Amino acid sequence: MADKRFVTVDGNEAAAYIAHLCSEVMAIYPITPSSGLGELADAWAAAGRKNIFGSVPHVVEMQSEAGAAGAVHGVLQGGALSSTFTASQGLLLMIPEMFKIAGELTPVVFHVTARTIATHALSIFGDHSDVMAVRTTGFALLASSSVQEAQDLALVAHAATLKARVPFLHFYDGFRTSHEVAKIEQLSDDDVRSMIDFELARSHRERAMSPERPFLRGTSQNPDVFFQAREACNPFYQKAPQIVQETMDAFAARFGRSYHLFDYFGHPEAETVVVAMASGGGVIEEAVDHLVARGRKVGLIKVRLYRPFDGAALVSALPKTVKTIAVLDRTKEPGALGEPLYLDVIGAVAENWQQEKGTRAPRIIGGRYGLSSKEFTPSMAVAVFDEAAKPSPKQHFTVGIVDDVTHLSLDYDPQLSTEGEDVVRAVFFGLGSDGTVSANRSSVKIIGENTPNYAQGYFVYDSRKAGSMTTSHVRFSPRPIKGSYLVHKANFVACHQFHFLERIDVLSVAEPGVTFLLNSPFPADVVWDHLPAEVQRQIIDKRLKFYVVDAYGVARQTGLGVRINTVMQTCFFALAKIIPIQEAVQQIKDQIVKAYGKKGGATIIEKNFAAVDRAIESLHEVQVPSQVTSSLHMVPAVPTDSPEFVRDVLGMMIAYRGDDLPVSALPPDGTFPTGTTKYEKRSIALDIPIWDPKICIQCGLCSLSCPHAAIRMKVYDPAVLSGAPEGFKSAAWRGKEYAGMSMTIQVAPDDCTGCGLCVEVCPVRDKEVAKHKAIDLLPKLDHLERERAAFDFFLSVPEIDRKQVAVDTVKGSQLLLPLFEFSGACAGCGETPYVKLITQFFGDRMMVANATGCSSIYGGNLPCTPYTSNREGRGPAWNNSLFEDAAEFGLGMRLAVDQQIEHATNLLKKLAPQVGDNFVQELLNNPQETEEQIALQRRLVADLKAKLVTIGDADARNLIAAADYFIRRSIWSFGGDGWAYDIGFGGLDHVLASGRDINLLVLDTEVYSNTGGQASKATFRGAVAKFAAAGKPGRKKDLGLIAMSYGNVFVGQIAMGANPLHAIRTIRAAESYRGPSILIALSHCIGWGIDMSKGFDYQKEGVATGYWPLYHFDPRDREQPLRVDSRPPKGAFKEFAIKQARFAILSRTKPERAEELLRLGQEDINFRYSLYEDFSAALAHGGAKSVGAADPA
Amino acid sequence: MSVDLRTQYLGLELKNPLVASACPLTESFDNQRRLEDAGAAAIVMPSLFEEQILQEESNFTGVHEFGTNSFAEALSYFPEPEEYRVSTEEYLDRIQAAKRGLTIPVIASLNGTSLGGWLRYAKLIEEAGADALELNIYFVAADVEMSGEEVERRYLDLVQAVASSVSIPVAVKIGPYFSSVGHMARQLVDAGAKGLVLFNRFLQPDIRLDTLDTRPHLVLSTEFELLLPLRWIAVLYGRVNASLALTSGVHSAHGAIKGLLAGADVVMMASALYKQGLSCVGAMIEQMKLWMEENDYHSVSQMKGSMSHRNSPDPTAFERGNYMKALASFTGTPI
Repeated sequence: MADKRFVTVDGNEAAAYIAHLCSEVMAIYPITPSSGLGELADAWAAAGRKNIFGSVPHVVEMQSEAGAAGAVHGVLQGGALSSTFTASQGLLLMIPEMFKIAGELTPVVFHVTARTIATHALSIFGDHSDVMAVRTTGFALLASSSVQEAQDLALVAHAATLKARVPFLHFYDGFRTSHEVAKIEQLSDDDVRSMIDFELARSHRERAMSPERPFLRGTSQNPDVFFQAREACNPFYQKAPQIVQETMDAFAARFGRSYHLFDYFGHPEAETVVVAMASGGGVIEEAVDHLVARGRKVGLIKVRLYRPFDGAALVSALPKTVKTIAVLDRTKEPGALGEPLYLDVIGAVAENWQQEKGTRAPRIIGGRYGLSSKEFTPSMAVAVFDEAAKPSPKQHFTVGIVDDVTHLSLDYDPQLSTEGEDVVRAVFFGLGSDGTVSANRSSVKIIGENTPNYAQGYFVYDSRKAGSMTTSHVRFSPRPIKGSYLVHKANFVACHQFHFLERIDVLSVAEPGVTFLLNSPFPADVVWDHLPAEVQRQIIDKRLKFYVVDAYGVARQTGLGVRINTVMQTCFFALAKIIPIQEAVQQIKDQIVKAYGKKGGATIIEKNFAAVDRAIESLHEVQVPSQVTSSLHMVPAVPTDSPEFVRDVLGMMIAYRGDDLPVSALPPDGTFPTGTTKYEKRSIALDIPIWDPKICIQCGLCSLSCPHAAIRMKVYDPAVLSGAPEGFKSAAWRGKEYAGMSMTIQVAPDDCTGCGLCVEVCPVRDKEVAKHKAIDLLPKLDHLERERAAFDFFLSVPEIDRKQVAVDTVKGSQLLLPLFEFSGACAGCGETPYVKLITQFFGDRMMVANATGCSSIYGGNLPCTPYTSNREGRGPAWNNSLFEDAAEFGLGMRLAVDQQIEHATNLLKKLAPQVGDNFVQELLNNPQETEEQIALQRRLVADLKAKLVTIGDADARNLIAAADYFIRRSIWSFGGDGWAYDIGFGGLDHVLASGRDINLLVLDTEVYSNTGGQASKATFRGAVAKFAAAGKPGRKKDLGLIAMSYGNVFVGQIAMGANPLHAIRTIRAAESYRGPSILIALSHCIGWGIDMSKGFDYQKEGVATGYWPLYHFDPRDREQPLRVDSRPPKGAFKEFAIKQARFAILSRTKPERAEELLRLGQEDINFRYSLYEDFSAALAHGGAKSVGAADPA
Repeated sequence: MSVDLRTQYLGLELKNPLVASACPLTESFDNQRRLEDAGAAAIVMPSLFEEQILQEESNFTGVHEFGTNSFAEALSYFPEPEEYRVSTEEYLDRIQAAKRGLTIPVIASLNGTSLGGWLRYAKLIEEAGADALELNIYFVAADVEMSGEEVERRYLDLVQAVASSVSIPVAVKIGPYFSSVGHMARQLVDAGAKGLVLFNRFLQPDIRLDTLDTRPHLVLSTEFELLLPLRWIAVLYGRVNASLALTSGVHSAHGAIKGLLAGADVVMMASALYKQGLSCVGAMIEQMKLWMEENDYHSVSQMKGSMSHRNSPDPTAFERGNYMKALASFTGTPI
């Protein structure tokens, strides 16, 4: 064996490293938290990194996980070695192929970051519900419990599968292991090569399909032989556990790390043993060490090979002395006798104990823990041991939560700590944008790779994309770190954002006497007076050593802007004294060179060096007074007068205390109230838009563009101003339509993200000071109090009657109340303005089926919900089903509504004699195309219900329940381009072909935004994206053209930033069409690599250059169904492209290729515009007979 | 009669005095080759702008940091590149390519913003093989507290630092906005400049009436603009121990000849190349030869500076008298 090589990597990199070396073709698809595996494999392939067979693996992105699995199946049948990576819903999509691959006894390894399957809610976090869902496929299931194991057992899987001919699913816990950064001993290429039997690889190839020696697989078998043939695989599964153990033994012989199918840890005469899989194992091991040291006879079985389940091996691994076995499952199987591992252990003991041990079988209890990455600590494990030791322990218990409904949960002592005193345990609170996580990753690397210490870093992110908080949990230890859980007892706490102190109890994790480092704009001698009293109290009571550094000051002086990472990192090393500070400084600088050197950042490196050097001299200790002196206090998470559910449930989540909520606090079916983002005042903007009514032309563009509905426009009777607070701004309405009325444009100061999009779109400049626009970004703190009062008053001002509004204009549309507000979308998001606008038009009668992705995350990620309701309580009803099914999900809603309308119509006709024929006719024949007609229909339905109440019979009662369906519903499917172009395309296409009245909104960012910028078929040629690091080579799919081919589908391609009026009118036309409609909306995105405040400018230029032609295809327009609504391409695509990093990166990495792809991109643009023009002409005046041939159903 | 067009500039032997000035046209090797084929005696490559390099670094770093490690599902938004090729590398590659493919001297041009940047890039340019370096110094003293002396000191410190850090000759391209151009020129030479390029045509901000924003604007020069550098070349000729290059307004052989008569060692052209095409260099050389033959000049060195301030039959013409004469000619001489 070569010299030991230590690296600090996360679990995904550890597993991907092996997969890349052992595979020849990898078919992939992004899904959290496994996306990183594919990204690494793709990047390594792009860089020419070879596998152990001497070739560079091919990495192919597919349209879905089903596609990836299908491709892998084909790869295997074609004779190459393969692997893929996935999780959760992705794994579910692979199930049919998995049965096939296993049924054909094909060696392969799927690496899975075990993640929760969406049920009552989606969760991106970790548990074993996905893995358990595939336990019947015939795949071997091999579990890793740490980053080190993620590498080691990945190799065991690749080696064993070749010999066993059983496909392997190697898994580890999503996030907890996949994203934990840890120091591991890395295997070399030769190490890996030594474990893989090349002869077996050749055998695999020989079994592959070949016309030179043809055979047939995939037969259709009948009752006569299928059963027997199915049983024929038994020997392979019987041998597989032994093969795995032999492989593990060979691994141990070579590398010294020993693994078994079931590894036992603990007292040799344990009476209580816990059985668990994956990362929980390390936590329990820590608890076992703690208890055994205190004389308890306890132990742990870590399950490595879960399928095929070798019951004899399990029983053999258990001490004979065991009296109680507690089996912990990280999944839930409602309705089952118990969870899967529990049942397997029962079966194993029942089958093997007597024969193996000859004693009475132990008692077995089962419990659940850690669903969706719920924290699982040694303290909780101790509670399990304690429970198991009781005479009558709880069966089917839970641990880690408080179950006050079925009372299954175990109590545990949150104060119990099993960690060694010599372990550095640090917690850092920061913002996503300030580089805190990057700094801590770097620190883990420095310690892990340059000292004998072991290092672990785990990073927690909140659920918002703008202004998100990060919490870094970092450990350094002289011993290997077993426990994978958050740091609850920190001996170093750093708060990188001063304003966190008023909202987050950052010191709750601090142990007495430890160091607290605060990034403070206030110097050491005055900072005390600026701390909330609660913080002062903890500093005094815990006798904390308190230091401050003005990190933003240092960053500013050294030209680093808001990136305070190197400053805070240096201060950490200076205070924590893990290594001598001079050495730490050198290591930090080395890391800086590594991080920025390949980006050509000589001056960035210089600036960071300067920040490192200045950091220590800017670090000062605070002399802590003995008394609490502050009159400042921490603010509640939500206003105290919020609704009960908001205050008691959502408020806890907002305050990062959701873990403390009991089961009874939460809806059992995933149903949550809408309109709750308004209670969470995050106040993340540094600057907010301030309106100048004197020069404003009241165009409404600022309000239209605001991604967070934080700028509103109202027109109202001037009389309401009598109650206005001081500083509330108003202007006379300039137009004729509301002569004599007043208007106001108002910012929601605590909901604004400060993105600046509104200021960029404002067309007005002051005549005397041109830099002053009708809306300017100004420091929030100078305006906060006044604008808060103004916004509160603004909300109380009644909205104008919708019937009076010219809704198909920009300013008219902005007089309608947005029913989507204050979402957690990125600052400057290009998607949300469309969503918001649609809710302004149709929100009070719309149902939304939302594809998983950005729009479902900002639309439905707790704690708060941005979809909201109007004064009458009406608003969008929203649901997210899956990534791939939004079109079908929406169609289902349409079908249900249509059915209910039919049902209600039948009842109404039946009851016509009682309610009146004329009334019935009026209600049924109202076209409901205008706001007046909708309002009339609402009145008619109200009248109907009143009449029905008086009738009172069963039909009447049934009609009351169904009467609301008479109000025309607006059915929408929302999703991104990943959904529409790729994973959901089949369903979307089918829905378009259905002829039904449904509206599909494609928020086209031209990249998988939510999972971090992977290429989709919407990605434009030449753009760099993950899985397209060398620039997307092919032409963007023309989804609109495909939709137009049906003839009876309304198709609109819009870009709000380029032509807002076109967007408005096309959206309204699409919705008014009583057949299928698809709107493809250009949405600028963080994944473009642009200044997001100028997103609308990019849209404008995109349309002008022909990059994004505007058009609409309206089947109702017999004269000219297709109208190209933007001018012919003008200006060079290259000039537009090069201003965006997604294109510019290629020109800096592969200039010749960039040149060629940009040239082809220009050809695409020219071709597409000509095609549309020609198509439009061909269709004009009935030129294409097919149009209208398939009218809406 | 054959004429000798050879001249010396920055110690470089040039086959004639026509040099392609720093502009985007001299960036590509194709154009460089065409200029050489057309007869250009040297090329000055477009400036390497430190500000642009910094902006680029900042952009690419920013792209990889923006949104990174902020959201659990998307810890980054772009693939990590193996390595970026920054503008500097491209520029240095172009110098090397030019040196490999051309026989005429290649002069690099540099516009820095920080002393460290000037020195770093000057060294890199030297290492890449440039025959000389032209410093494109453009400092706008927008700070009204800054005195003229301070401005001059910045120029001089910079030239001294760069000239002492490289061994290739350094020319300084300056603007005309010094209180005493001649004195400043002397100081620059004392600081280490081996040549002076008169004058820089600065990028000026323009106001867009449709958007009310300011955009940089540069219009091509006209022949009339020759007169300003012509005057100062004439004044400086023989009074500074450095090569003189005239740039701005040279659009014809006659313009070039005037420059040489005033005392320029070389004349540089950019706008003329845009307006007339790269091949105009050849035509201008022929026209120069013709003029010289017709006027019995046998060499450039013979005519160089013959109409300078020092050698002109009417030196006051380069001073205030020029205005007087114009007035007189328009009002007519009393009989």
